[in-house]
This record gives sequence, structure tokens and C-alpha cells, in this order.
Amino acid sequence: MLKPPSLALDSRLPPKAGLGLKSEHFREVLQTRPDLGFFEVHAENYMVAGGPLHHFLGRIREQYPLSLHGVGLSIGGEGPLDVAHLQRLAALIERYQPQSFSEHLAWSSHGPVFLNDLLPLAYDEATLDRVCQHIDQVQSSLKCRLLLENPATYLGFETSTLDEPDFMSEVIRRTGCGLLLDVNNVYVSCVNHCRDPLAYLDALPLHATGEIHLAGFAEDTDSLGERLLIDDHGAPIDDTVWQLYLKALERTGPVATLIERDNHVPAWEVLLAEAHQADRLLSAAGARS
Amino acid sequence: MSDQHAFAAALLDPRKACPPGLISANGADPESRFAVYRNNVLSSLINALADNYPVVMQLVGEEFFRAMAGVYVQSTAPRSPVMNDYGGDFAEFIEHFEPAASVPYLADVARLERLHRQAWHAADAEPMAQERIVAALSSPTLAGHLKIGLHPSLRLLQSPFAVVTIWAAHQHQTPVPFEAFPAQNALVLRNGLDVEVFAISHAAHGFIAALQQGVSLTAAIDASNDLDLEHTLAGLIRHQAIIHLLAEQVSP
Repeated sequence: MLKPPSLALDSRLPPKAGLGLKSEHFREVLQTRPDLGFFEVHAENYMVAGGPLHHFLGRIREQYPLSLHGVGLSIGGEGPLDVAHLQRLAALIERYQPQSFSEHLAWSSHGPVFLNDLLPLAYDEATLDRVCQHIDQVQSSLKCRLLLENPATYLGFETSTLDEPDFMSEVIRRTGCGLLLDVNNVYVSCVNHCRDPLAYLDALPLHATGEIHLAGFAEDTDSLGERLLIDDHGAPIDDTVWQLYLKALERTGPVATLIERDNHVPAWEVLLAEAHQADRLLSAAGARS
Repeated sequence: MSDQHAFAAALLDPRKACPPGLISANGADPESRFAVYRNNVLSSLINALADNYPVVMQLVGEEFFRAMAGVYVQSTAPRSPVMNDYGGDFAEFIEHFEPAASVPYLADVARLERLHRQAWHAADAEPMAQERIVAALSSPTLAGHLKIGLHPSLRLLQSPFAVVTIWAAHQHQTPVPFEAFPAQNALVLRNGLDVEVFAISHAAHGFIAALQQGVSLTAAIDASNDLDLEHTLAGLIRHQAIIHLLAEQVSP
């Protein structure tokens, strides 16, 4: 097993709230310099040669810490990792020197096809070995520590032999990667799989938490007419998720927290208000610890 | 067949049943849970096309666009996680999509939107200072043997339709009326941070295409009938499309 590479202590995200950076907010951010701990971008959106995206990200990066969040590496894929994609990520990390790089416990590519969604894994020994090998490869080729995000899922597999928090714990133990704790995903998955969110939270390796995500979900129903939550990043953060976030902070202490909003994006002030709400809870957690 | 192979195949083909071995903790039919993934994949790919082809969507309406894009998505899934590149042959698909045949210019509008998107993300390059260009072009000993280096974002399109007029009519809150004819040639380029789209003459199109292929200024002029050279060069200079001038090796 490879020795986990570690980021220098001074290059972590600050324990404050951050926002996802959208192109429609570039000018607003530069003009108003909002009080935010960091910005996060989806790595794949910036895999272009030049133009306004790089222009603005470069200028904003000069003033804020950056979290680079990948959505296309397919770490849980049955096939080998896409080496060209790893090289594109390495180029972005070299260019922008982000304080954090994160990806998902999921798969999104199969053979030559990219499915543009975070798809669920059967949690068995074979998957565990494969995911750990892929994370070793990512960390050694990108020369940084990966934060692995817990997924939101809608179904399970008969062949699973481990439950999700145990699977995450073992991956983190074996590879030395960190945890990106998505509190909304914890809640969504627990509702969808009839689990207790607090028990799930306590079973996760929270000591390895390097960042937290908060988002809103959509509500659907399954064939039994029962509540099925969809992680769509398209609504305000639900009260139950705020409460679970408080419980998480009691366990982790203050950790950099992203407000994720990718659909039905509201006015900038609305996003800032959610960030400030997270900041208040972070300050309270800091005062306690 | 691997688990993920069956899962992926069923995601992209709604006629397929969901793969075996899936469970819901509450005993619900896994098909109803699998449908979430199927819908996520389909709608996210259609949304990616909607982002890349906004005028095409305005021309046919959202409902028609999403149905058409859905057919495309199921036949042409992405081959890369870089979604900015997705839909490269959407225009060709539209051209052969029978239900859209009543909008004959739709495919060319898609081609123009594709070029617009490419210009937006193309490599950066510093434009050459205007006075230096003018000085070089004014020198009778130099000018004829120059090769003109154009900005990497520059793209050209020839259409039998008034493709630039149609596109421009949809750059407002409410589309303005437009005529689908006469034929137009489009020039697309990024000037600073903005992508600009112009209709140019047939001769200017031929001339700029020749320059783009690395032909010398003299040869490009010779190959273009009815070219208003001064006007075309002035336009390229004004819109910062010239990034360097290279003196061609002249044989003795």
C-alpha cells in the first residue's frame, strides 16, 4: 500500500462556509469580494483550453482558497481509470494549486461511455479492493490527498456484504484518503434505505473529515408510495439537514463547508444567506471545541 | 456480462428491464428506484445539450427540443467526462431528424452555436498591436510575402440560410422576426472575453479560410474574387483577430 501523500497544513480549506462558483457569479464575486472561506468548482467544467472560464477562475483564485471537485473520474468503475482524465486533473491542480481535491464513491463511466451521473456500487470485497487501488493511483499520480464523498443512493445490491459507512471507513483506513462528508447525502440515503441518520453518521470515519457539503433535495415516491429523496442540488437546504449538520459539527469540530446549488440557482444573496447560516453554526462549533 | 455493463445498458435503453440483483430496503419495486438513475442520466444529458444549443431550443420550443435531444442522447452517449465537448455531431443528427425537417435551417443554427461554444473555450492568444500590423502591411517590400496568424478561436461557416441573422434574432429577451434568406457566411471569434458573430461576404470567407490554412497574404488575395481587401483586413484588425505576422521565405 502506498504511503498517503498529505497536503501541507497551511494549504487546507479554512473552516468557513464556501460557495460553488458559477460563471454567472464571476463578476459579482470580483466586484463585491464576499466574505466566504473558499469557492468550489467542478473540475470537468474547466477542462477547456482558454477563454473566460480560466480568466475569471484565475482572478478569483488569487483572492480565495479553492476546492477542486471532480465528478467524472469514475473511481468505482469496473474498468481502469481514464489516464487522460487523470492528466487533465493534474494540469488543473498544477495551474490552480487548490487547497482540496475531492471525488465521489461512485462510478460514472463504462467502457467508452460516460453516463454523467454518480452511480451506485455493490459493497463487497472485490469493489473494496478496486476502489482502494483506484484511489492509490489517483493520489500518487496527482500527488495530493483525495477527499472521498459519501454518495446519495436510491437502491442497493443483493451482493453487498458491507454497509456503506463500514465500506467508507475501510477505504479511508487503507488508502489514507480523507472524507468529504456530504450531510445531505447522509440524510437522502438514510431515508431511501430506512436507516437512522445519526447512527449512520456515527459509523462514518468522521476523524478524516476534510470538508462538508450541504445541499437541498427533491422529493419523489417509489412503487409503494413511500418517500424517495433525490439529491438534486436544486432546493434550499432542508431544516432536517441543518439539524444533522449541527450534530456532525459536534463530532468533527469546525470544518470547511460548501453550500452546493447546481439547479434552480437562486439570487446570489440567497446563496450568501445560506453560507452565513453555515458560518454561524461553524463559529458556535468553534467556540465549543 | 459484468454488473455495471448490464446497469449501463439498461440506463440508456428504457425498453430494457432494470438489471437483476437490485434491492430496496423498504421492499419497493427496484424498477421504481432504478428509474431515478435512468431519469438523471437522460435529463442531465439533455440539459447539457440545452445549455450548448439555446437558439436551437428557442427555434423549436423546449418540449420538441427535449424530445429530439432525448433521441440523440440514446444513440450518442458521451465518450468523455468533459461535457463541454458533448454534442459535437448534434447538427448532423438534426439534419437527418425527420420531425425537424420543417425547420430547414435548424442544423446550420446548431453548427453556428457549436462554433460559438468552441470559440468561447478556445486557447488564449495575445492579439498583435494594431500599429505594428498596420506598419507591416504598409511596407510594400514586406506585405506581399506575409502570412497572417489568426486567433485560435476564429471559426467560419457557410450556410445556404441567413444563419447569422437567425442567430442574432434570438439574442434578445424575446426573439425578433427574421427572414431565413439570403445565404450567409458566418465569422465567429473571441475578442477579449466576448464571442462575436458576423455575417461576412463570400469573398471575405474565402480569403480568411485561405489565411487560416496558412496561405500567404498574396496567394489568399489572388484566390479571392471581388474581395474588399481593405475592409476585410480592417475588420480582422479591429476585432483583434490577428495574433502574428510571419515573413514568408521568398525563393531567390
